[in-house]
Amino acid sequence: MIKQKVRVKSFKINDITVTGRSDQTLLEVAKEHNIFIPTLCYLEGLSCVGSCRLCLVEIKGAHELVPACTSKIKEDMEVITTSEKIDSHRKMILSMIFSERSHTCSVCEANGDCELQNKSVELQLDHSLVPYIDSRFAIDASHKNFVHDPNRCILCSRCVRVCSEIEGANAINIAGRGINSQIIHDMDDPWIDSQSCTSCGKCVYVCPTGALYEKEISKEDVITKREIIHNLLKSRAENE
Amino acid sequence: MITSLLELEELANCKRCDEESVIEELRVCIGSSCLSRGADEIEKDLKTAIEDKGLQTRCRVKGVGCSGLCANGTLVSHYKNATKENILYEDITLDDVDALAISIEQEKPYSLKVCDTNQPFFTKQTKIVLENAGIIDPNDIEDYIAHGGYATLFHVLHEMMPVDVINEVKISGLRGRGGGGFPTGQKWESVYKVQSEQKYIVCNGDEGDPGAFMDRALMEADPHKVIEGMIIAGFACEATKGYIYVRAEYPIAVEKLNHAIKQARKLGILGNQIAHSGFDFDIEVRLGGGAFVCGEATALIASIEGNRGNPRQKPPHLSDYGLWGEPTVLNNVETLANIPSILKNGGEWFKNIGTPTSTGTKIFALTGHIKNTGLVEVPMGITLRELIYEIGGGTSDGKPLKAIQTGGPSGGCIPTQFLDLTIDYDSLKSVGTIMGSGGMIVIDESSNMVELAHFFMDFCKSESCGKCVPCRVGTTQLTHLLEKFIAKEATQADFELLKELSSVVKGTSLCGLGQTAPNPVLSTIRYFESEYLEGIKND
Amino acid sequence: MNKIRLATIWLDGCSGCHMSFLDMDERLIELAPYFEVVYSPYVDTKEFPQNVDLTIVEGALSSDHDLEMIKKIRANSKLILALGDCAITGNISAMKNLYGSEAVLQRGYFELADMNEENRYPSTVVPKLLDRVIPLHEAVKVDYFLPGCPTPADAIYEMIHALINGTTIDISKYTRFGK
Repeated sequence: MIKQKVRVKSFKINDITVTGRSDQTLLEVAKEHNIFIPTLCYLEGLSCVGSCRLCLVEIKGAHELVPACTSKIKEDMEVITTSEKIDSHRKMILSMIFSERSHTCSVCEANGDCELQNKSVELQLDHSLVPYIDSRFAIDASHKNFVHDPNRCILCSRCVRVCSEIEGANAINIAGRGINSQIIHDMDDPWIDSQSCTSCGKCVYVCPTGALYEKEISKEDVITKREIIHNLLKSRAENE
Repeated sequence: MITSLLELEELANCKRCDEESVIEELRVCIGSSCLSRGADEIEKDLKTAIEDKGLQTRCRVKGVGCSGLCANGTLVSHYKNATKENILYEDITLDDVDALAISIEQEKPYSLKVCDTNQPFFTKQTKIVLENAGIIDPNDIEDYIAHGGYATLFHVLHEMMPVDVINEVKISGLRGRGGGGFPTGQKWESVYKVQSEQKYIVCNGDEGDPGAFMDRALMEADPHKVIEGMIIAGFACEATKGYIYVRAEYPIAVEKLNHAIKQARKLGILGNQIAHSGFDFDIEVRLGGGAFVCGEATALIASIEGNRGNPRQKPPHLSDYGLWGEPTVLNNVETLANIPSILKNGGEWFKNIGTPTSTGTKIFALTGHIKNTGLVEVPMGITLRELIYEIGGGTSDGKPLKAIQTGGPSGGCIPTQFLDLTIDYDSLKSVGTIMGSGGMIVIDESSNMVELAHFFMDFCKSESCGKCVPCRVGTTQLTHLLEKFIAKEATQADFELLKELSSVVKGTSLCGLGQTAPNPVLSTIRYFESEYLEGIKND
Repeated sequence: MNKIRLATIWLDGCSGCHMSFLDMDERLIELAPYFEVVYSPYVDTKEFPQNVDLTIVEGALSSDHDLEMIKKIRANSKLILALGDCAITGNISAMKNLYGSEAVLQRGYFELADMNEENRYPSTVVPKLLDRVIPLHEAVKVDYFLPGCPTPADAIYEMIHALINGTTIDISKYTRFGK
């Protein structure tokens, strides 16, 4: 592996000159400069996988759009975060996410506290541009505290990453291919039978939708618990 | 252990003498296609029949790799050492075994099943990569050596520097045969230039396109050629470890490769201090679980590492961050099999074959509605007309040709108005398709192009790994939309959505699978729009 | 000034969005002079009229009757406003898509039935269920979308206000899916 020295790079985002460290991603630098790029699978503190494709941006001279969350910055690059093409692509991608499973907000635990729902507001998507696929998955409510409802899952893999990277339990992974992909515990065991799950709940607190939720908990408590990951990362960083 | 070119030549000569002691050979094709018609039984029975007649000292029966004309298998060729004469027999079954043995005994051709090798199928081919296919016994390293094998490697190890090798490959103009067409020399150079204690050469044998079987045939027919190419690649890039990633659906190829690696290790051609040159290189075969996406570079690497075969966003490219985070060269089977010939004859020699931007030859798997189904190796720049009508013998039922599909699920179709198009990377691209790995599916008038597009989309839908949204959901949505057209239930709005969605999936997917999945749709819309319009109901 | 010929209809929905419409309260009086309500659960017209300027549709399309209605509405209306999540996403109405119409009928007419003497599904009078419940825009072109479950009265007011004045609004300020 090649280690490079960290340097300061300056470049342009939407014609505004910005600077960042060479080990930073485009998304990080954009955030620091209050330039909005929509994200969904991204979560600060976890590795970036570039799977939701909402943070796609255009780099002048590149022949394809690139996800801002995984792209390292380069000197003199010119980045465009919004254009007619990018916006319409994002709306289509968001439509696809809505169409994939059964996102019935009015009966969802996460209604009012859902990042997918918020994304429809941010991107001003008032209806899905593609037909609904209507697939049904079995709900796993075996765990004493938590429920997994794959019908609301957007396969962002935050739970997989937090379990592996923060909790270190590796209890969750993705099984199946394509449209049939699904989050599983251990070897596709009922959650309660998982040997590696520590019942820490981190997966639940990072879930952007109502796919993973806690039983018998108030909305206020959910929002407080979301802070756990952030605070944990902060205190770990301070201890280092 | 062979430690020098001299020793290698001695072995070759020894083997040749041994060969010449036998006056003739019966070479039974035991490639997968002929094997499925019972070639192994034929080989066994032929051996018995020859022995029964007491001819075994005069005539040897051996299994060889694919001779190409799979449509007419099982193929058996009768080779005479003295005259170098070779008679090819086609359509051999167990019933022919006795008659064939008698014809050997009587020294008369078995005229009933003689295959005309003066037909364009044979005469228009140029065999470089497949030069040994159908001739040598893939299970016998000595046979490969007797046919000049590994001499180039020894020459390279003792006489050349890595940069010289890279230069020669750059001069040759060789481009990746897996489909992308990236210049091989350039790829090697970028890995060579990276400073690292550990580098890897990975050979991509995860041939997954429906209708493609070039790499399978090559690995089965001449595994040592691939190995030799890999060792040379390792030397050029200063890598010491190689992996051949083969799909588990190719058990014969895996068996041949593993056997070949074992033999090469035994002779000191793989392992430490190859030929006393100070260069170490070893190869392992890794099996894929049959996921199409594992043909994608980063997914393949993940699979070798033992992880779920999911691709990741590039950059970093494999040359910086490949297998286990180390600089890695990933080449296709056919690309690597070109290497020994290039270094044997020189880059300039190779450059003169084919066209200026697409040099050398390309193996194609002819399938679909074509008479001569099989494997052919032709120089780049040959026209589609020559390939389909002369080499391929035209459509199978004599129905008019409608289109030619290249590049599998990532490619597109070429309508008949482009029959005089030359086959090379750039001209195929100019008509909206790609060279791909070499699958060439011939389609006659009886096929519906929307159904064809649906077939490939459905394939991509089942093969999508599910990591990124546009590929996971988009291929499903597109499959559903195409079903509406096939049922003639589509609307004008569906047609607009089909085009819009195709462009989004193409433009936003994470890896090559998704980025190219809409190509069959886009290319059939481009050339056969009327068939889509027929699927729109009047409301 | 010509009054805007307004129709409202509820297809497969719960009427919550129509309730929300009434929740505009005194603002209804402000809007009233602009409109002539030509068809609505609020009035007593039986046939869907011709030459409607704006039709506000609540609910998803679940039956052959719904499908027939929305096609008629499209043919007779200049503009269609899809009101509420059911009309836009299928919402609760579409949850049965995960099980299929057959399962729903089975549950409704057999498993949960206190009496079903003829032991069969109703085949006349009650409209036939579609295989899938679909939002309006999967069947016809829809001009405006106003999500919510139910759509808040403020959102309906702002939308109608903007339509009267020929201006555009950012509806995300007032409503979203599930609000």
